[in-house]
Amino acid sequence: MTAFILKRLAIAVPTILLLIVFSFLLMEAAPGSPFATERGVPPAVLANLEAKYGLDKPLLQRMGIYVWDVVAHFDFGPSFKFKDRTVNDLIAQGFPVTLTYGFWSFLVAVAVGGSLGVMAAVFHNSWLDYLAVGISIGAQVLPNFVMAPILVLIFTLWLGWLPGGGWRGGQIEYLILPVIALSTSYMASIARITRSSMLEVLNAGFIRTARAKGLPMHRVILRHALKPAMLPVISYLGPAFVGMITGSVLIDVFFSTGGIGQFFVNSALARDYSVIMGITILIGALTVLFNLLVDVIYAWIDPKIRY
Amino acid sequence: MIAGRATVEAAARIEPVKGRSLWEDARVRFFHNKAAVISMVILVLVALFASLGQFATPWSNEEIDWSMLGSIPEVGGPSWENRHYFGVDESGRDLYARVVQGTRISLMVGIVGALISVVVGTAWGAVAGYVGGRTDTVMMRIVDLMMSIPYMFVLILLLVVFERSIVMLFIGIGMISWLDMARIVRGQTLSIKNKEFVEAAIATGVSTPRIIARHIVPNLLGVVIVYATLLVPQMIIFESFISFLGLGVQEPSTSWGALINMGAANMRNDTPWMLGFPLAFFVVSLFAFFFIGDGLRDALDPKDR
Repeated sequence: MTAFILKRLAIAVPTILLLIVFSFLLMEAAPGSPFATERGVPPAVLANLEAKYGLDKPLLQRMGIYVWDVVAHFDFGPSFKFKDRTVNDLIAQGFPVTLTYGFWSFLVAVAVGGSLGVMAAVFHNSWLDYLAVGISIGAQVLPNFVMAPILVLIFTLWLGWLPGGGWRGGQIEYLILPVIALSTSYMASIARITRSSMLEVLNAGFIRTARAKGLPMHRVILRHALKPAMLPVISYLGPAFVGMITGSVLIDVFFSTGGIGQFFVNSALARDYSVIMGITILIGALTVLFNLLVDVIYAWIDPKIRY
Repeated sequence: MIAGRATVEAAARIEPVKGRSLWEDARVRFFHNKAAVISMVILVLVALFASLGQFATPWSNEEIDWSMLGSIPEVGGPSWENRHYFGVDESGRDLYARVVQGTRISLMVGIVGALISVVVGTAWGAVAGYVGGRTDTVMMRIVDLMMSIPYMFVLILLLVVFERSIVMLFIGIGMISWLDMARIVRGQTLSIKNKEFVEAAIATGVSTPRIIARHIVPNLLGVVIVYATLLVPQMIIFESFISFLGLGVQEPSTSWGALINMGAANMRNDTPWMLGFPLAFFVVSLFAFFFIGDGLRDALDPKDR
């Protein structure tokens, strides 16, 4: 197992490094100085600014410094637009928010989607099955940017039950709509995947054996069917994670929750390169590590994988 | 008697039994699927709307109806008299003309993305799968690598660094759309590369590129068509997401995502048509794409039957 994890790390670490280098080079390729304004900056002032931010050094040296700062000190440097704030400040402020509702969304998607899928398979061709199938078909056309306005329209503007934005330290009523908007389409996908793999497992010989020796149905499902049926779901968790972390950008912007997504979009519109880079690298590293975790869990559960 | 003679004549006219090709079979199966056929009709209508809809209105997508400004919630709604069939948007531009234009861009993004995935993904997957060995490992590693980064962030980074433009958007979308296709095609290639007809081709000395082009790729076509169809709505969602954030298409151009964003931003102003029309087009068209994809899968991918 250790060897397997090390082998995976040997792929994950270069991926992250590559992402850092790639982002750095992209920023280098960007036209114009980040300090350029419409009125123009006197050359002397510009030179001072560039010296302060280390932009007067040769490319490779700057790249080395940047990569070293990120990897060794977890330091993404100063923001180019807000003189008094570093990228780390912005991340420290926004990341806990994103993490909170992201965690809940992920939990809801897996728990609700998984149990819906299992129930649909166990009660195959019942109303519950049709409901699950209906939801998973409908949710295909309801990505987060469609869900969010519809939810706000219904629960905020018509019913007046829940606030349509804001955060307030993550109180439950501020959490509900973002979590539903973010998790619905993934919940539906997980339900669909669970249902079809569960149906397949339930038709397998070893389940018939378990039934034949007189085990009650709930025991058969929990002890025998669940583990093999969850394998396809686990391999879907990686893409689901990427999708949700991407969706969080939209949730932050639409619900003004103040997560890193909001900083990301604002910086993208204001061309605040260092912030965009920092967030991209952070998210990329998180994703790579999460995929690593998923691989390890998969290998641990699936008896067919030898490592 | 008459019926009898007709039968005889019909029997006389019957030519030697014609074999039914795989494609004919698939077509029959596809047209038996009601949801898929209805979806196809809907999509044809949407495509007609996108291409010819502009001729039905005197308004362009950029023109501001100054008589509306200041009182859009009261008089800006859909009406036949002033020819604003879908009402006007927040700055007094005709929403019908804007939806026509947005539909055009969204459909184009979906189709271009799918086409790129067909060309690049098929070539990539077929070569990796057929050649195998180290080439396969390296090529699929690259796909894994690109899939493991949150692509949306990198694309937005790209859009910020190189001026936002529709061409850049197409390049960005084209760069990821083929990844899934490459994986699917590779899997399929692995399962056909050991078939007898490939062996026969090798034995008669056909070169590798020619085997891939003439013997492997034509047999992948069914799977490729199915996934390309299912990819179209995904690409549309992808673009709409970026445009919803205001980072995609540029004014005065628009797309479904940008229109939905505009409608959502005006939800509190009592102008439901601004959200309703774009949303309806988005949801209905996406449903249609998914149903056609499902229908094609049932028709072309015999595994699921």
